[in-house]
Amino acid sequence: MTADRGKLPAHDPSDPGAAPGVDCDEAIERRIIVATQSGLPLVPQPWDEVAREVGLSVDELLCRVRGMLERGVIRRIGAVPNHYAIGYTANGMSVWDVVDECVDAVGEFIGALDAVTHCYRRPRRLPDWPYNLFAMVHGRSHDEVRQQIGDIAGRIATNFPGACRSREVLFSSAILKKTGLRIGGAAESVQKRE
Amino acid sequence: MSRATAKGQAPLLDETDRALINMLQGDFPLVRNPFADVAVRLGIDEGQVIDRLQRLLDQRVLTRFGPMFQIERIGGAFCLAAIRVPEADFDRVTAEVNAFAEVAHNYRRDHALNMWFVLATETPQGIAATARRIEAAIGLPVFLFPKEREYFVEMKLEA
Repeated sequence: MTADRGKLPAHDPSDPGAAPGVDCDEAIERRIIVATQSGLPLVPQPWDEVAREVGLSVDELLCRVRGMLERGVIRRIGAVPNHYAIGYTANGMSVWDVVDECVDAVGEFIGALDAVTHCYRRPRRLPDWPYNLFAMVHGRSHDEVRQQIGDIAGRIATNFPGACRSREVLFSSAILKKTGLRIGGAAESVQKRE
Repeated sequence: MSRATAKGQAPLLDETDRALINMLQGDFPLVRNPFADVAVRLGIDEGQVIDRLQRLLDQRVLTRFGPMFQIERIGGAFCLAAIRVPEADFDRVTAEVNAFAEVAHNYRRDHALNMWFVLATETPQGIAATARRIEAAIGLPVFLFPKEREYFVEMKLEA
């Protein structure tokens, strides 16, 4: 689906704002990403500032951003909370060793449960890591998260007997970094803030 | 940049802060004066919305405010990765790993594999190349856990 737009234009990492050559759509989108990846300016007309930075009219910028949202290049626009700071002090990555024949069915099943915020199938790394299904569970205490994961395990056992061989939960104990995506060279990794 | 930990004192949030955080995890109006729209919905003025957002970012209640990109849609890649870091070496390895711009998030977790991070690169090949550069920098193996299938994603936490 994305194979035909699989190539980003080559760029000079020392000059993250500059797209080379003609302004093809991808080069413009890349400039929009570089201009906004560390955050939107906190001013009454943030898109006007971004438009100046990428060299578009604000109308054209808004049109392109709308297109990027529709195509999923932008997942959403908004705030990313530090989950510790808003009271979700327990962040449990539950990991499950599910027999291969059942992993997609179990993934769909637990992904639809309210307690689960992300759910992915990933490769095992044997012998170090037997788990092939990852489901993130957030809660206000480790006990609450453990209880939710126990509940999920019970539902899996009922609906898919014998499918899950083992599981673990990995709690986070510190956020070491949470800057998000940074393309275009290290100069852009500094948060734009007065 | 300060480090947020589970042990840190959470800043006090008032009802308006919580309403603002909850609202801004949904759709942000794509208009020229978006903060004015948000202000009307919250019943405060535009300047207060901007001031509160700045404070919430400064207090690191919010880690970011802006568009969230799915780099895969323009040919890039994300990948979860993990390292088994000896305790005595944890701070050094954290500094080395975090110094890579490709490391978007990094969490300490209670497990033998105790460092879990997300790589974001402009090409799919960039993931393995970055993992090799990290391995060379820290002298430890990096396990890659690429997403093979996504069943559900909704990251919205009520404040």
